[in-house]
This record gives sequence, C-alpha cells and structure tokens, in this order.
Amino acid sequence: MEAMTEITGYPRPNGTFGIRNHVLVLATVSCVTGVIHRISREVPEAVCVPHAWGCGRGGLRDVQVLLRVLSGMVDHPNVGAVVLIGLGCEVSNTRTLAAVIGDAGKPVEILNVQDDGGSLATASKGAAAARRLLEQLRTQRRVPMSWDKVLAGMECGGSDAMSGVTANVAIGAVADWLVEQGATVIFGENTEMIGTAHVLARRAKNDQVARQIEQMIDRAERLTQDIMGDMASLVISPGNMDGGMSTIAEKAMGSICKGGTTIINEVVDYGEVPTQRGLILQDGPGYDGDSMTGLAVSGSQLMFFSTGRGTPAGFPGLPVIKVASNSRVYAAMPDDMDVNAGALVEGKPRAALRDEMIDLMIRVINGEPTQAERHGMDVFTFMTVHPPF
Amino acid sequence: MKPNILIIHPHDNVAVVLSALAAGETAVAQGVEGLPVLSDIPASHKIALEDIAAGGEIIKYGETVAVSTRDIKKGEWVHTHNLESKRWKR
Repeated sequence: MEAMTEITGYPRPNGTFGIRNHVLVLATVSCVTGVIHRISREVPEAVCVPHAWGCGRGGLRDVQVLLRVLSGMVDHPNVGAVVLIGLGCEVSNTRTLAAVIGDAGKPVEILNVQDDGGSLATASKGAAAARRLLEQLRTQRRVPMSWDKVLAGMECGGSDAMSGVTANVAIGAVADWLVEQGATVIFGENTEMIGTAHVLARRAKNDQVARQIEQMIDRAERLTQDIMGDMASLVISPGNMDGGMSTIAEKAMGSICKGGTTIINEVVDYGEVPTQRGLILQDGPGYDGDSMTGLAVSGSQLMFFSTGRGTPAGFPGLPVIKVASNSRVYAAMPDDMDVNAGALVEGKPRAALRDEMIDLMIRVINGEPTQAERHGMDVFTFMTVHPPF
Repeated sequence: MKPNILIIHPHDNVAVVLSALAAGETAVAQGVEGLPVLSDIPASHKIALEDIAAGGEIIKYGETVAVSTRDIKKGEWVHTHNLESKRWKR
C-alpha cells in the first residue's frame, strides 16, 4: 500500500508539521468567555476556545499545567496563527504567557479586555485580527510530509463492555502500523492502567522507563485509594462486571490495548512534548476531556477515540476519529461516528477493519474532516489538582 | 456457521461471547469449530476455550487477567463466581 500512504501537511519553523492550518482564538482566562463567543459568531472559520480556568488556582502544579496547556495550544502544529484574548490581571496573563511561548514561529496577536476598550471593542478587534490572519494563511500550501512527523493520540471514553474487545483492539492495530511507519503514538489515562504495571513495564525500552511506568501507575493507584477509600474497588464498577469484566486487570487490558503492542520508549508528564518516537505513555488522568487536552498539547495532530455508549466529543483544531465499539451506537449516532468496529462482531476480518481505518486516517491527515470536526463538537477542559482559592 | 465468540489474542484461554449463548449451544470462532457450550453465558462475557485447573491463570489479551478459584471446564462461563483478581480480591 506504499502509493496510498502519501501524506501532506503544513511545515512549521520548529520542524513539526500541521495537518490543519487554523487561526486559533484562545482565551487566557474564564472571564473573557463572552468575548470569545462573540468572535466565534462573527468569524466561524476561526477555532475559538474559551475555558473555565486561568486564575484562582495558585498551587505550583496547577500553574505549571495552566501555562503548559495554554502555551501548548499556541505552539500546536495544527495552528498557523493565533489571537490571544486576555483580561489583564489573571495568573496566565498575556505577558506571562508570551514569555513562556517565546518565539512561536507564527503570528500571535494579543488583546486585553482591560486595555483594549472593554469586551465589545476587544471582540471587534479580535474578529478583525482573526479575519486578517485567515487571509494570510490562505496563501500557505500543503507539502509532502513523512510519517515520522506524525503524532497520534489514542483515547477512549463512554466505554462499554465491547470497547476493549472491538474498538480498542482495532485502534491498537493501527497504533502498531503507525509505529512501524516511524510515527509516534501516545496514550495516557493512568487510572485505567492500574493492574497492568507488570505488562507495560515488561514492554519498556529500558529499566529507567520500566521504573517510571511502575511509579506512574503506583501513584495513580495510591491517589485513587486516598480519594475513594473503601470505594477504590469501584474503579471496576458493578456495571463493568455486568458487562463481563471480572477484574481491574481485565478492564485495564481492554483500555491499554489501544496503544498496540510495541516497545514503550518514553513516559511523559501531562502535556509534555515527547523527545522520543514510537509508543509513548502520558502520565495523565482518565477523564477523557482532560486526557485529550494533554495528548493534544503533547503535539498529537490527530486522535483516535473509541466509544461504546457514544460521545460526540472532539477537540478544537484537531481531527478526532471516533470509533464505535458496537453497531448499535454506530447507527444510533450517525453524525458522531467515523468507524464501526462493531463490524468485527458481524464477522468482518480484523485486517480489513484495520486497513479501512488506515485509509480513513490518511484521508483525514490530508484534509478530510472527521464527524466531530465537521460539526464543531469541540471539548476543551484540562487537569487541575487543587481546589480554587 | 457465523462466529459467535471472539478470540482476542492467540495465547488466550478464554474468548468473548458476542451474543448471549445458552447451555447446549455451539460456540464458533475463526479457528474454533463446534465448542459445546456448558453454561448460559451473557453477551460480552467469557467462555473457557480449554480446561483450566483451580489456581490456573485466566489469559485474555495474551496476559493474565485473573486466577481461577476452582476447576473450569472447556465451554464453561468464566466470571466472578469461578475466578479472583490476583491483585484486589474482586
């Protein structure tokens, strides 16, 4: 299938490739949410991202994650230009953020509601900036890119008893194919790895990575027990058991199989950009919205997302390929699903499903929108560890 | 006959039942012809592909996911009544 695997993207000055070329309109803080919504109505082609954070959390870890996530969205390879909308007095204010971002290698226009005439005037300046940047980006063209520039995130959410049998197994087969092509595959959700430390550590590149895997899963397990106490065993719920899962290890195997079977080359922190290629683990939470943001900010240009109950969640500026674990949900949510892994149950050979998913992934890399992308089902949340002050 | 169970990994000693099976029916997968079903098994639950002695490993995804608490016969339902976690007692 050599001839069919040609892919193209937008080269960035830092050596990465975008598979989209978006104008991102990003809030630095929750206070400017309404401004972002107004710009979104005026310039629907821009990727407009409000969020609920940016201030009120002073813990070092929360500030680290906040700055890493917001600067990572600006740096994201699928983003060609940025309009940053700040308030003025927030923790992640535009001066602090600009220092973290440094030279983004792309146009970044900065507005602050407190300095730019209030919300309406800022929205109107922001919309004008977004239109101007969209015009600039139209002159950029796709060029051929190699597979070693591809970073794919693997996610699951709204899982059912078949997620670990059909969809995640199918995604794992694509993950193995990607690694074979020289690409990078990343997945996280440390709480869903509990019970599989021995399996993952055995696949580590070296002893150091093996120890990092064990420590990551051990921390996730202790945190779960600290927070949930006697309820910790509900990490595998009665509903899971009704669906045929019997132990935490069985449930976790159904989750980690979406990363495939190759050597694990690195463990990265939440939202940290990997330094290695091949399969990478991310030390991030199981909540799918928070997890997707970590994978995106680590540099994933696209994601596979398996679901059995059905979720419409996509991610701003980034194609998310939704893989249904059963034919029922594929039929019930036709505008949300891209792939029916439930076809395995009706006798479709595993190799045929994998090849179909690879074909779709290539078309998506080359510009074909996924369902969530086509319909604007963006979700943007990220991890916090402390309560607000 | 159309497959009604799915074997995830070639080393597995259990398979996933794709639609509910009743005792007396026959389980079929690619490479498994006519495995007599010994118990009623709900959809997405596990069926034993071989006899598993008490204390034996339950292997799915090519990995040990549980340990049997009593002898399990080929064709039997494999679930919380005849296995336990190696880790947490459930």
